[in-house]
Amino acid sequence: MPEPAIHVADLRKTFTVPVREGGFLAAVRSFVRRQHREVHAVSGVSFEIAPGEVVGFLGPNGAGKTTTLKMLSGLLYPTSGEVRVLGHVPSRREAAYLRQITMVMGNRNQLQWDLPALDSYELLRAIYRLHPDDFRKTRDEFIELLDLGDLVRKPVRNLSLGERMKVETAAALLHRPQVLFLDEPTIGLDVTMQKRIRSFVAEYNRRCGATVLLTSHYMADVQALCKRVIVIHHGRILFDGELATLAADFSADKTIAVTLKEGAPERIDFAPYGEVLGSEDGKVSIRVGRGRAPDVAGRLLHDLPVADLTIEDPPIEDVIESVFAGASAEAPERTPEPAATR
Amino acid sequence: MNATPIRLVSPLRGLVDVYLQEMKIAVAQQIQYRAANYMYMLGMVAEPVVYLVVWQTVAAQQGGSVAGITAGQFAAYYIVWTLVRNINIVFTPYGWEERIREGRLSAQLLRPLFPIVEDLGFFLGWKPVVMLLWLPIAFFLALIFHPVLNPSPLAVAVFAVSLLGAYLIRSLNQSSLGLITFWTTRVGPVFQLYIAAELLLSGRLVPMQLMPAWVQTLANFLPFQWTFGFPIEALVGNLSTAQLLGGLLAQLFWIVIGSILVRVVWRFAVRRYSAVSG
Repeated sequence: MPEPAIHVADLRKTFTVPVREGGFLAAVRSFVRRQHREVHAVSGVSFEIAPGEVVGFLGPNGAGKTTTLKMLSGLLYPTSGEVRVLGHVPSRREAAYLRQITMVMGNRNQLQWDLPALDSYELLRAIYRLHPDDFRKTRDEFIELLDLGDLVRKPVRNLSLGERMKVETAAALLHRPQVLFLDEPTIGLDVTMQKRIRSFVAEYNRRCGATVLLTSHYMADVQALCKRVIVIHHGRILFDGELATLAADFSADKTIAVTLKEGAPERIDFAPYGEVLGSEDGKVSIRVGRGRAPDVAGRLLHDLPVADLTIEDPPIEDVIESVFAGASAEAPERTPEPAATR
Repeated sequence: MNATPIRLVSPLRGLVDVYLQEMKIAVAQQIQYRAANYMYMLGMVAEPVVYLVVWQTVAAQQGGSVAGITAGQFAAYYIVWTLVRNINIVFTPYGWEERIREGRLSAQLLRPLFPIVEDLGFFLGWKPVVMLLWLPIAFFLALIFHPVLNPSPLAVAVFAVSLLGAYLIRSLNQSSLGLITFWTTRVGPVFQLYIAAELLLSGRLVPMQLMPAWVQTLANFLPFQWTFGFPIEALVGNLSTAQLLGGLLAQLFWIVIGSILVRVVWRFAVRRYSAVSG
């Protein structure tokens, strides 16, 4: 079995943050006696990712996704636990390690604002010590793949958000990293631009065999790129496995969509078959228990003049939502008492 | 694009390349905002002109000189001051504060390069443009205040090298101060204290020879005078060869101390980086 590209064992990160009530008296009190509390952003996360694998890292805001990515990239020191990426300990921030990774943060800008992206690319070439011939080849391929054209010759400040994200993404990969940490790489982009970034990441993964860990609130990103997902909530992993099995594990229901033949009676009561979710253009959606789906489908085909019938898992967004909802209901109270005063 | 590892150039070539690229970018930005930058430089001339007018007035009232410095020598001191001050513009602790507080340091930390190297290269890149912009200002000031200076070729050479030394010492000092932000979030008060000490102990406010003896002694043990007083005196002060070369050695000493300080503080500081919004 090959050495995993990313190995994480019992990783934890706790922040100590100041707390105080609002108001003047509280401000005076905090001047004399500052109170702090501990926030457990990541609470014992463990997983491994094989070389070349593309994994979606899902969770609601504040779940611990970005904190984990920052520890993996060496931006944050873990409070405890073990992390190895490509055999390196990220927190040591060795140049040999940083040369093999990248982190794309959707709302961040690493390009020179006033200058064309080509100038920033040249600076990155120098910083990463890239051989000029290899650099030019990679740069030109990216320009073509991302359809950058003349965008790289315009000052970055004149680019739209989508255009800027494209040139940013190219900048982040110019040194051809082996591990990509993508934190909301398509945030704020229109559908076309999201698609372009997704296909670029997929192509990069295919050509370079790079390992990708992706966080995104857009399920389309995850569905297009990731076979495997890790779901994190309140700093703990809730699910780690195939995206396809996520629905089976967490959704107790299936959706049956039925279209009746022309001339079928207009008023049919579907309630005996399951919960009617809606009806549109002659197509009726019914929610039924996962175990009852084949039986209900059989009855529908027997009882009614069916033109078309499909049995589907609920939309992945709904499944994820139900995972988080279930976890929130079970989660312990997460507002510990002030841990220290100083 | 394929899985074949990309080839790297040697570390030395890479470092030289970083400086060249940073300088190129700095020059391009300077040129882009040339009018704003020129106004900034003009604004900066106000400070030495005030000092110069005051000291020339005092000199005139005391029969032509103060502690042996004539009105013409004061003019030379403060006109050269304007160049040294501009060369001494470095990435400030306020810049560090903003960079850390807003999480912008994250992008730099992800790169295989010590961030201070980038800053040094970028600000060094300004300097050729600054020198060009300074020439007409110096010419104009010389017409008004009639400076007197007779530097030897060695003094000119030492002056040129000392400008780089001053720039490096000030950069390293201010970077060390800036790193305090990792602990305090705000660094303004500490920086103000630094500037106050610099004004008094560097020759920035007045030439060091006008200061009391104990202040001059104290200044000998601190880095400040090697960033202002020494480069200026090297050109206008008729220093002996021993003083000129000794000054360069002192600069080298403070560069080494500053480099070690930055490295040590950085090692502890970066562990505290929480990249709140980055």
